[in-house]
Amino acid sequence: MAIIETQELTYTYSQGSPFEKTAVDHVNLKIDEGIIVGVMGHTGSGKSTLIQHFNGLLQPTSGKVLIDGVDIWADKSKIRDVRFQVGLVFQYPEYQIFEETVYKDIAYGPRNMGLDEAEIKRRVMETAADLGLKEELLERSPFELSGGQKRRVAIAGVMAMEPKVLILDEPTAGLDPAGRDKIISHIKQYHQRTKNTILIVSHSMEDIAGFADKILVMNKAKLFCYDDTEKVFARAQEIAQIGLDVPQVTKVFMELKDKGLDFGKEVYTVGYARDLLLRKLAEKGGAADC
Amino acid sequence: MLKDITIGQFFPGDSLVHRLDPRFKIVITIIFIMMLFTGSNVICLIVGGVYTLLAITLSGVPFKMYWKSVKPLLPFLLITAVLNLFLVDSGDTLLKWKFIKITEGGIDISVFMMIRIVLLIMGSSVLTYTTSPITLTDAVERLLSPLKKLKFPVHELAMMMSIALRFIPTLIEETDKIMSAQKARGAEIDTGSFMTRARNMAAIMIPLFVSAFRRADELATAMECRCYNGGEGRTRLRQLRSSGMDYIALGVTIVFYIAAIVVAKITV
Repeated sequence: MAIIETQELTYTYSQGSPFEKTAVDHVNLKIDEGIIVGVMGHTGSGKSTLIQHFNGLLQPTSGKVLIDGVDIWADKSKIRDVRFQVGLVFQYPEYQIFEETVYKDIAYGPRNMGLDEAEIKRRVMETAADLGLKEELLERSPFELSGGQKRRVAIAGVMAMEPKVLILDEPTAGLDPAGRDKIISHIKQYHQRTKNTILIVSHSMEDIAGFADKILVMNKAKLFCYDDTEKVFARAQEIAQIGLDVPQVTKVFMELKDKGLDFGKEVYTVGYARDLLLRKLAEKGGAADC
Repeated sequence: MLKDITIGQFFPGDSLVHRLDPRFKIVITIIFIMMLFTGSNVICLIVGGVYTLLAITLSGVPFKMYWKSVKPLLPFLLITAVLNLFLVDSGDTLLKWKFIKITEGGIDISVFMMIRIVLLIMGSSVLTYTTSPITLTDAVERLLSPLKKLKFPVHELAMMMSIALRFIPTLIEETDKIMSAQKARGAEIDTGSFMTRARNMAAIMIPLFVSAFRRADELATAMECRCYNGGEGRTRLRQLRSSGMDYIALGVTIVFYIAAIVVAKITV
């Protein structure tokens, strides 16, 4: 069964005022449990609005959101439980940090769930390890940490609630390449340990191409496509047309195809491109050892 | 929730009121407020009411928005009205039961006060709805400029005002974001006991203060980078110019004001 399902989900901002704007327009979606989904879309395409529906921060103007087959708005008083099932990490999450120590800040979510101290401690320790936060860091003030470390503390704060679905809104925004790779590898590590569903929002394919099982593309408030990563990349041209960035290596292979060198497959990671090229060269009996 | 706050909100447009010189608009608003408080009889209030309606109609901003500016204050207005009703003791006694005593003066004051404040809020909203905060502070600076001779820091005051106004929407947006983020971590902001709510307030206030300080710091650096050093010798992008329409609007307002004074004198 799908862990997240939406039925004709529609959301309109400031309904009835001159600023009225439909941000999500009749979206139907089924996301399976345990996979990593890349959520893409241009600024203002509605992707951030869409994900805020999954944990009940926004209530649909019309349509339904189902988590584990249950309509989350069926009982309004239970909406807080939905937030523990679906963890949402906002953009620049380091600005939500407020506790005096890193430990306490990561423990804030689990504590709100009403867990006992031993369980809270286990969760904080495990997620801190997942995110590469050393133990001596836990007793320091989060405000003394570097930007990248703060980001990881904030992400840990949501991961520690052990939600069935973890949603991250541009977790690598504003970080340098090294910080970006670090966050991505930590998220992968968390996924390997928990096997939980993960949604990662990004406006660049480069970021998510390597590890997303499926990709969801939003365009102008509508669902543009939701399919396996390869199939989405097969439509790279269309995606480039709606203003999204296609990985550079994909662009190179698109050009090659135009020039008559067709590999028959969509290429979106550098590693895969290298393998393909080497094989091609080997076929021709050329320098396979380059 | 926070998005419903309309105080200080500006509705871009090109109505007659939008085009008026902001300096005149401020002066007109002051005269309007004096007009509302000249006398407390029905005709006086009708004069004020007609003037307010006229201004609202000419502003081109939907009446609904004016109602929105009054709505959050209604509970306070009602409490004031009720207190006035029971506490004011003047004129004929209409009802007396044990310690409760309602007099004619009490009814007068509670009703008039309420209508007057509603008109006051709506009327001054015409100013803020039709004038962008930046032009508003420009106008304040120009109106107060005679005080410069008394070494009063007019420019600094206006700059602080425009920065403060500029950051209201930013901070509201930021509060919204932080609230959502903490709600996503299971914070109970609207529900829960007083203690949990107070604790959760810290989860919003601390990040908000941290970011406000950060923003202030960044803004100061950005201003210094562009060689800002006070108002000395600074020219303006937007020149304030008054036209015939401004004098007509001022004239009409003064006529209304005089009418209110005359009416108040005659009927008292």
